[in-house]
Amino acid sequence: MSDIAIKIENLSKQYRLGTIGTGTLSHDLKRWWTMNIRGKEDPFLRIGETNQRDIKGNSEYVWALRDINLDIAQGDVVGIIGKNGAGKSTLLKILSRVTRPTTGSISYKGRIASLLEVGTGFHSEMTGRENIYMNGAIMGMTRSEITRKLDEIVDFAGIERYIDTPVKRYSSGMTVRLGFSIAAHLEPEILVVDEVLAVGDAEFQKKAIGKMKDVSKGTGRTVLFVSHNMAAVKSLCKTGILLKDGCINEIGEIDYCVGKYLKGDNQIGNYKCYEKPIVLQPDFDLLEIGIKANGKGFSDTIRIDEEIVFIAKYKQKVEGKTLDITLHIKDDQGVKLFSTGSGAHSGTLIKQTGIVEVTTIIPSNFFNWGNFYVDLYVVENLKRAIYIETDILSFTLVIKEVPMGIYMGKEPGGVKPIFNWEKNIVNL
Amino acid sequence: MQDETYTIIKPHSRLFNLELSELWAYRDLIYMYIKRDIVTFYKQTIMGPLWFVIQPILTTVMFMFVFGNLAGLSTDGIPGPLFYFSGIIVWNYFADCLTRTSKVFTENQQVFGKVYFPRLVVPISITISNLLRLFIQFAVFVILYGYYYFNGTAAVTPNLHALLFPIIIILAAGLSLGFGIIFSAMTTKYRDLTFLLQFGVQLWMYITPVIYPLSSIPVEKQWLVLLNPMTSIIETFKYGFIGKGIFSWWHLGYSSVFMVFLLFIGIMIFNKVEKSFIDTV
Repeated sequence: MSDIAIKIENLSKQYRLGTIGTGTLSHDLKRWWTMNIRGKEDPFLRIGETNQRDIKGNSEYVWALRDINLDIAQGDVVGIIGKNGAGKSTLLKILSRVTRPTTGSISYKGRIASLLEVGTGFHSEMTGRENIYMNGAIMGMTRSEITRKLDEIVDFAGIERYIDTPVKRYSSGMTVRLGFSIAAHLEPEILVVDEVLAVGDAEFQKKAIGKMKDVSKGTGRTVLFVSHNMAAVKSLCKTGILLKDGCINEIGEIDYCVGKYLKGDNQIGNYKCYEKPIVLQPDFDLLEIGIKANGKGFSDTIRIDEEIVFIAKYKQKVEGKTLDITLHIKDDQGVKLFSTGSGAHSGTLIKQTGIVEVTTIIPSNFFNWGNFYVDLYVVENLKRAIYIETDILSFTLVIKEVPMGIYMGKEPGGVKPIFNWEKNIVNL
Repeated sequence: MQDETYTIIKPHSRLFNLELSELWAYRDLIYMYIKRDIVTFYKQTIMGPLWFVIQPILTTVMFMFVFGNLAGLSTDGIPGPLFYFSGIIVWNYFADCLTRTSKVFTENQQVFGKVYFPRLVVPISITISNLLRLFIQFAVFVILYGYYYFNGTAAVTPNLHALLFPIIIILAAGLSLGFGIIFSAMTTKYRDLTFLLQFGVQLWMYITPVIYPLSSIPVEKQWLVLLNPMTSIIETFKYGFIGKGIFSWWHLGYSSVFMVFLLFIGIMIFNKVEKSFIDTV
């Protein structure tokens, strides 16, 4: 167990919904009666539902986290991803000891510092310097420790000029810089970071991510990073944990988890194989259809800098007709981006019966990242669509790692081609 | 890694674990909270610490008029200003600490919801930072006291019991801390107690010998007033400095035992609540 930094066993957290009022007292009394007088377990632990925010439940009690089992190795940088309400923040809150689990336990080695929201505990009337001491002390540093690192903290935050000015005069970015800087210099064995990089400018984001990388690489510290910014998660983390409705949905390579997260609840896969042809048409049977990264399997994640292969196999049952496949590619809003089809490439006109394989390659660096949906059109004699199936396939593209310090958000649009740009100095 | 020990987070902890060693590890934070309280009080005020003084003086004048003149209550032969002022400053220290510590959870949920540190840090620092106010008021008391002592118009006979002053303050601090943290722990879930406390503290003053001397209570009923642990504290203060009042080591001993018990139970409840208060606050 020596290389395990955090061990989570059967961790669950139950919350009661609604407001606290008279009903609470009666529940409290009932709980107290069963647990302390009759010596039984908590009567409200057996009830409770999965925490699905969008579905109306029958119980007042929900499980924000349910039976989480997890070992995090020392020095690992783990990205925790999931939709809003998946339990990410609850997990971090339990880890940083702000609240307790309902059942289960967490054991960890060393000191945990959380950056749940930087700048908490800042007092607006006090100066930057006073707040460094205050905030450092809140995070468990001693005064001499802070004095030793004061210059470094101020320097990293880049606010020398304002250090003796009350924090209420700071811009919000400066407050965040200062807060992050204090926490980053804490030298905790485990650093918990929740969505801090959303604020701060590009220069500071670069510094912050660099610092977090240093923290994990240089000193073997463990970092837990929660973010909705997939680019930041990918550039920082090796391992990913995907939470869904309070349970662990996936643990593994960060690429895989991000892909699965982006795909979401989408049931349409990127591959379909019809052993008994269900797409029965008088003229053809569809046997197989799929989309994947070139040279990889159908279950692998596709990155935007990889070539994408589309494959379809069908059985032509009539002679004397050409059949072509046209795809309409849509983004996750259902907006049609473009269409492409084998009919445009009339090199081979197959008119006889038999099993036909149609493939095409979409070049790398063509799509933007995100989810895409495919409508299938089977076209007869380049004239008429004889078969249409909307949303027959969907696929997900994930970003490659973004170098530190450049824009990490998502560019607009469904495609993001890389062109050859030239820049020359023109003297006028 | 030098530290091979694991910290374990579990749903429940042992009831009798007061976790005082952890509190000691966070002593610098207590210092910072005290400093914050003091520093931020002065900021953007013109009168600054003068406010500490104006409030008890005005209350004294008011009490002299209402209780001394209108109601004609006895002051044990002590000059009115000295009698009321001495009672008010000790009582105010207790009452201020109590009301402020009772709001610890509700007022600090921002910070408490984000980072962990022993929550007891905040009530303790409140109790200590309020001492500054008490000392400033005490300085005014000494001036007032000197005036009466050297003018010799009234019987002001200090004795060695005045040296008990630090003990009295520790007792008042401990009692307010104990009551305050119990109330704060209970108000996280049920806010009803906040209303109770608001007028409760006001009423409490009337069962404490602040506006009347203990000696004005019939002897056979004095034990009722002495059940209040604040009674002996204020009486000892007046006895030590002015020489009037009822002093007994038994009374003071009762308040001390009361305080130790209260603190023990208070810290126990407080530590239990702090673990998950954020879910119920």
